[in-house]
Amino acid sequence: MDGKVQLQKQLFDYTASLFQEGFLDNQFNQLEQLQDESNPDFVVEVVTLFFDDAERILNELTTSLGQEKIDFKRLDAHVHQLKGSSSSIGAQRVHEACIPFRNFCTEQNVEGCLKSLQQVKHEYSLVKSKLETLFKMEEELLASSLADLKVV
Amino acid sequence: MGNQEKGKGLMESQNSADKLTALVVDDDKLVRMIHQGLLKRAGVKNEAVKNGKEAVDIHYSGQRFDIILMDKEMPIMTGIEATKKLRSMGILSKIIGVSSCTEAKKQEFLKAGIDDYQVKPLTIGVLNSILEVVKARK
Repeated sequence: MDGKVQLQKQLFDYTASLFQEGFLDNQFNQLEQLQDESNPDFVVEVVTLFFDDAERILNELTTSLGQEKIDFKRLDAHVHQLKGSSSSIGAQRVHEACIPFRNFCTEQNVEGCLKSLQQVKHEYSLVKSKLETLFKMEEELLASSLADLKVV
Repeated sequence: MGNQEKGKGLMESQNSADKLTALVVDDDKLVRMIHQGLLKRAGVKNEAVKNGKEAVDIHYSGQRFDIILMDKEMPIMTGIEATKKLRSMGILSKIIGVSSCTEAKKQEFLKAGIDDYQVKPLTIGVLNSILEVVKARK
């Protein structure tokens, strides 16, 4: 029982820190509120979809910026998409990193775009790792609760 | 009512005037998932399509919805084009124009015939206020 309470506290504190440090914003809360018994894996499903989308877009951005003749319009469209999807799940820092990126695309500033891409990749890998940690903690808590139920 | 068990009908009546229906129109799977999750939570029966043309086609097939969440930028047929088409078909559903940009093409979208314009993704609060208005109309 003790272990479970500790896990709960750890999960609570960890989640709070993610909000405090700006990794997540209120949109993530919205997702959590959409999860219930009929939709028990909603948050994980949505976030996993975001991971797939984001990785695909980051690869495209890397390829595009490596071209001889860079298509800035296409680049901007991809950054716009990433900006939108990161905002949808509440990945605040990724969303914010996309803003200067879009400006550099409009200005056709290659140097600026390359720097921005690095920044976005950095923020993405941070939030991905933190969300994966969060999900792991939730799994452990669930496992602990189920173990409790077995003790009759 | 036919041969349905009367007792069961209370919570699950098929054509209850109280149960709203909605169509989500968006090319982004993530947005579709979130908006459908929102609608499900609010007890609104819903379907989703990927672009404006599919939205028009689903109406040609005879389906009708109380609310349409219409994304602006989509391939094949945009939200603006689809809205114009649906209005010209005589569709009176409440169409909420949804976009990631706050101001771009807002006027054009309004002119096309949307009832309201919201930034996506919708939040629970925003959806609830939309549903209040639609229920009151019904």
